[in-house]
Amino acid sequence: MLTSLMPWLLAVAILLAVVGALRRARLWLRGRASNVNVWAGIRAMPKRYLVDLHHVVERDRYISNTHVATAGGFVLASVLAIFLYGFAWESKLLAWLLLAASGAMLIGAVRVAKRRQSPPERLSKGAWMRLPKSLMVFAVSFLILSLPAAGLLPEGFGGVVLAALLTAGIVWGLAEMFIGMTWGGPMKHAFAGALHLAFHRRPERFGGGRSTGLKALNFDDTQAPLGVEKPTDFTWNQLLGFDACVQCGRCEAVCPAFAAGQPLNPKKLIQDMVVGLAGGSDASYSGSPYPGKPLGEHKGGPFQAIVAREGKGLLDPETLWACTTCRACVEECPMMIEHVDAIVDMRRHLTLERGQTPNKGAEVLENLIATDNPGGFNPGSRMNWAADLNLPTLANVKRTDVLLWLGDGAFDMRNQRTLRAFVKVLRSAGVQFAVLGNEERDSGDVARRLGDEATFQHLAKQNIHTLQKYSFRSIVTCDPHSFHVLKNEYPELGGEYVVYHHTTFMERLYRDKQLSLKDWVGGRVTYHDPCYLGRYNGVYDAPRQLLDALGIDRVEMTRSGFRSRCCGGGGGAPITDIPGKQRIPDMRMDDIKASGASVVAVGCPQCTAMLEGVVEPRPQVLDIAELVAQSLIEEETRA
Amino acid sequence: MSRNLAKLPSNDEVSVTVLVSVGQHPVTGRLRRADQDARALEMAMGLSDAEPRVIYAGPLNDSIEPALRGYLGMGVSELKVLRQSEQNDIVPALSAFLNATPSSVILCGSRAELGESSGLVPYQLADALGYTLVANVAVIEKVAASQAVVLQALPRGQRRRIEVALPAILAVDSASPVARQSAYAKATRGFINCVVSDTEEKDATNEWHYAPARKRPKRLKIIKATSARDRFKAAAAKAEGAGGQVLTSVTAEEGAAAILKVLKEEGVLKT
Ligand code: SF4
Ligand code: SF4
Repeated sequence: MLTSLMPWLLAVAILLAVVGALRRARLWLRGRASNVNVWAGIRAMPKRYLVDLHHVVERDRYISNTHVATAGGFVLASVLAIFLYGFAWESKLLAWLLLAASGAMLIGAVRVAKRRQSPPERLSKGAWMRLPKSLMVFAVSFLILSLPAAGLLPEGFGGVVLAALLTAGIVWGLAEMFIGMTWGGPMKHAFAGALHLAFHRRPERFGGGRSTGLKALNFDDTQAPLGVEKPTDFTWNQLLGFDACVQCGRCEAVCPAFAAGQPLNPKKLIQDMVVGLAGGSDASYSGSPYPGKPLGEHKGGPFQAIVAREGKGLLDPETLWACTTCRACVEECPMMIEHVDAIVDMRRHLTLERGQTPNKGAEVLENLIATDNPGGFNPGSRMNWAADLNLPTLANVKRTDVLLWLGDGAFDMRNQRTLRAFVKVLRSAGVQFAVLGNEERDSGDVARRLGDEATFQHLAKQNIHTLQKYSFRSIVTCDPHSFHVLKNEYPELGGEYVVYHHTTFMERLYRDKQLSLKDWVGGRVTYHDPCYLGRYNGVYDAPRQLLDALGIDRVEMTRSGFRSRCCGGGGGAPITDIPGKQRIPDMRMDDIKASGASVVAVGCPQCTAMLEGVVEPRPQVLDIAELVAQSLIEEETRA
Repeated sequence: MSRNLAKLPSNDEVSVTVLVSVGQHPVTGRLRRADQDARALEMAMGLSDAEPRVIYAGPLNDSIEPALRGYLGMGVSELKVLRQSEQNDIVPALSAFLNATPSSVILCGSRAELGESSGLVPYQLADALGYTLVANVAVIEKVAASQAVVLQALPRGQRRRIEVALPAILAVDSASPVARQSAYAKATRGFINCVVSDTEEKDATNEWHYAPARKRPKRLKIIKATSARDRFKAAAAKAEGAGGQVLTSVTAEEGAAAILKVLKEEGVLKT
């Protein structure tokens, strides 16, 4: 009886799945056009899935093994079932394979169920608690189904009762696994995820690459709305990407804003975009909410403003402005979803279309427009800190080896100490360098993260124009934000340069024996990875090698390297200043204290400012340039 | 110019006009929306849902246009331009235009950031139109068809409530609320509409009478503070002349004589 029913069950399930898939695809295709190479993406998809995605999943060993067993077992079992029961192939070998596949899936399903016994906070509950049961039912049903065909049980074993039970199990399993996959069940992640990997907006990320620069807005059409106001303003592959989320909450677990009790949770944000895509409210979301924002009050639809102009929409603006753009969420996301792109897209709308950059945002942007620096300082005073240093300017020398990019830290008294230390190191190593001096403008980093793409592009183009006049081999900067923008975001606007962060540069000087260093004395040191150096640019080793070269007793924090916790200073977060329960730099300082270090080595003016803003007593904050400058031997003999 | 009283708009609604100029950043001198004018527009936008009329009189070119767009970025869809050549006095053009299309409330900044920056435009315009002028307006509390209640900013954060009959010119003080952010997209999409173009050179400065600067009379209040605390107290104290006398029920002549006596004592009047 069951064998005659099976082809029908399978056919109906597949048909419904196809209908669901088409409906879902129609939702995605409401988004804006995007430049993707469809065929190359589809061809590359299996490798992206098996290698790149797995690479991230593997950070949680338990789940990666579980996932291999479950997903591998499921895919294999489904294909075999289609041949065995859909096309009624009679093959003992296939039956044995089906037995093995559903067995593997069962093992995986049991492991999923175990993880779900007392699930960590970051996981969503709701329908996701049903999933392990459905997986087990599917696996067990097909396992038993395969036994007679494999010759392990007599045909017709168990009689009508077992047949009825099996039918029920198969219907349940197919409903969850096939139909649920395209109609919005938990298994949607497999279907949307596979396509998302194929049509990812940053294909450079696969195969070990890195793509972290924001994408430029096109201002040619003055009537085109700027940024993302409603879900359909995202590109179609961004919408598809949101749909791929498995609600694993890995992003939530690392988000500094969430931990600080600010009203942001990257997982919820992605789920809200899914709500917006299909229309509805967040009442059925079953994970952690935005801190301080109860569920069920927000709703939206594909053509409705995400941040409502009046009343409540899908998101409150504070949620978007709380993000430090630290990229920790993107780094952790096994589905390689691009949270930061989405957040900045929505900020672009708020800033460019509505003029609603909160708190000090408007003032900072006005300063950038009127004075080329966020503080509103006289641009003619950018070089005041170096009045006694006699730094050569490119306007005078025209060509040099190394262009020292100062960044806006030049206006900040604390950062001026770092800059002076770095100049001392450069001189001691005999590096030929020059500065732009008063010709330098803000790189545009903050303007861009605050959504003011117009001001960013304006500043960038002027800087590129200035740089065109001179000849130099490379740019070196003590500011990871300038570093990132010059290196990764200027090329799209026509400025391609060789750019180094000062730690990388000093490390090379040391390796080339241009620096003679004595051991640094002064206790234990830990190193805080700046987001824009580490996660944005993959520079993790050079700063550590430098510290080791100084003979420093270096300890690591629990969260370091690609898992480093943000200092709270990126993305214009100190400017928009969204209140939470605690401050992000305080949490980071607790990490530092927990490492037992008495000094934290930093490599970013923003990190320095944020960490030094933590009340004493606390470990001392020193830039790596300062540590190196203190250990120069040459200086000693001269003195 | 004749003091003809402008008519209120027939539908009895209060119509609001904002006069704006081109500003200049105090540090870099880059052209921008003028701070006080932007505050005036902010105030106007808060008065009603209807869009205020925004008028600029003066030269128009590629470096001025982006500065004017700063006002459009605040959310008005159109800016009317009474185009004048660089040296022209803008008051005749403004008063002619406002006479032809009157408004019951005319808002503007107190002083321009560019040019002579004499702060005289609101006064000359009020004179030409025969409107009441209130200077240093910090807040508009209420506007009705024929009357408005405003708070005027006085030194040291003091405020004076003034009832003013409309039509009136309200010159906005820097103590008024800050202007909203100018949004790039609104600024680029807004419409700059040249309604009058008079580029014939009528160099207003030709008629000016130049005189050497005169020595100013010395201040009456002399602060002899020796410490920061004293200086603060002196700065924060209300201006109340000690040792003065209150003259009530005296004739005008007696009063005038008393005033003259004080002025002579203080050296303000020399003869
Ligand atoms: S970028 Fe950082 S702050 Fe922003 S959502 Fe992701 S983890 Fe949170
Ligand atoms: S966005 Fe990524 S990391 Fe966050 S819950 Fe979804 S799949 Fe997990």
